[in-house]
Amino acid sequence: MDKLLKLLNENARRSAEELGTLLAQSTGEIAAKIDEYVKKGVILGYKTVIDWDKAGSDRVKCIIDLKVTPQKGRGFDDIAEEIARMENVESVLLMSGGYDLSVVVTGKSFQDIALFVARQLSPMDGVLSTTTHFVLKTYKKDGVLFGMKDKDERGYASL
Amino acid sequence: MDYEKILADKAKTIKPSGIRKYFDLAADMEDCIALGVGEPDFKTPWVVRQAGIENLQRGRTCYTSNAGLKELREEICRYLFRRFGLAYKTEETLVTVGGSEAIDLCIRAVVDPGDEVLIPEPCFVCYAPITELAHGVAVPIPLKAENSFRLTAEQLKAAITPRTKLLILPFPSNPTGAVMHKKDLEALAEVLRETNILVLSDEIYAELTYTGEQHVSIAGLPGMRDRTVVVNGFSKAHAMTGWRLGYAAGPERIIGIMTKIHQFAIMCAPTTSQYAAVVALSSCDEQIEEMRDEYNVRRRFLVDRLNKLGLSCFAPEGAFYVFPSIQKTGLSSETFCERLLQEKGVAVVPGCAFGASGEGFVRISYAYSLDHLTEAMKRIEAFVHELEQNGHE
Repeated sequence: MDKLLKLLNENARRSAEELGTLLAQSTGEIAAKIDEYVKKGVILGYKTVIDWDKAGSDRVKCIIDLKVTPQKGRGFDDIAEEIARMENVESVLLMSGGYDLSVVVTGKSFQDIALFVARQLSPMDGVLSTTTHFVLKTYKKDGVLFGMKDKDERGYASL
Repeated sequence: MDYEKILADKAKTIKPSGIRKYFDLAADMEDCIALGVGEPDFKTPWVVRQAGIENLQRGRTCYTSNAGLKELREEICRYLFRRFGLAYKTEETLVTVGGSEAIDLCIRAVVDPGDEVLIPEPCFVCYAPITELAHGVAVPIPLKAENSFRLTAEQLKAAITPRTKLLILPFPSNPTGAVMHKKDLEALAEVLRETNILVLSDEIYAELTYTGEQHVSIAGLPGMRDRTVVVNGFSKAHAMTGWRLGYAAGPERIIGIMTKIHQFAIMCAPTTSQYAAVVALSSCDEQIEEMRDEYNVRRRFLVDRLNKLGLSCFAPEGAFYVFPSIQKTGLSSETFCERLLQEKGVAVVPGCAFGASGEGFVRISYAYSLDHLTEAMKRIEAFVHELEQNGHE
């Protein structure tokens, strides 16, 4: 993996100067590389990893397995793109295996999501079936542990 | 019962490691950031752990032969040749309980009472005590920051006497991170070839060098193979400290005597670890590379921040330690460490724990995540700034 991307993926708040130090490159070189990644669409944005439960926010998240009929010449793209544009949809992934699209949706309540599935998702042309799984608890997301601390189990050996 | 009469004088008078004290203090503190540990923060690569599990499942739970599993010794020979260009036969290798045991065996195999062992300092803490337990004389050679903590031919020459039997050559160095380049080793070899001195080349950090140049073993230089015992192991590069596995490679006669001591004292190295190590050597180059890259990022981070802080830090080229000078604070390295621990909850190790010539320096390990190191540096910076302000009042 590109070392610059790896470092940014771990912590997007690192400055170009700091990244330069870590990778033995100048601040200018790093800034230029980041610009290039943004232009090429490799870097699409920077976000914060938030534990919404701790933040006291009422949010319900679910993962919906979708079976759809692919279209001639377009495959799954049209329907996947249409779903991806919906506001409360967090991610849309084309999957191998027993179903076709995995859609992650957040809403204010169970009711909210149930309505979304019933009124928006299921009636779409090409959607054959939906299976909705509600998320009960998050232990880890995007490589970050939630509410757990990495424990240093190293013993104190004299060396 | 009078234990003092029972305990051997030699064992009693050996100084305990200066590192322990700080660990004990740190262990009792809340919110303490330790930077003292000398072992990787990475877990052993999964394929290696899996090999251990599989071999346990198959019931491979007996002793191996004293010198170690044949497959492993063959793999060690292939590895030493592939990575460092060293050609050994399996009979010239011995699998040990960590590199530490190999060091112990080598010293005990050659040292008679009164024999002198040259030990470049600051260095890992075990060489002098083991030498003294063998009734040898530990002769420190103080290395200097202005020489990038490398051993020079002049220093070596000046330290040799008719009683010198062994030179310890521990590079890449714990605690300084210093590396001996080929030309530095050639200068030493020039001196050694005319003597009857054996070299114990402790190369446990050989995989962890950061300048892009491959580690060079003195055993690979002309005429040096016959006068060198190479010690290496799996703890550092393969992140296998708890498996307790290392090895020695050297002249058959010396390895034979070491094996004799080993068979009486230890029997054989742990069997599960030996099976796992075969996989570690044959299929972990990529994981080693990844860990090395990660250490390198941390190394650059620490060197940059320490130098900006004015704790001048020679750029360490290997191992996973930086060794900044704390002389500008006016504190001794022990006082610096004690106060840093008490006032800011950061544990580093005083340089003097690694020999008198380490005074004025501290060892900081970067076997910790970048986040951990960032927090530690914030605290060290606050500590040094407060010292400076108080000094100006």
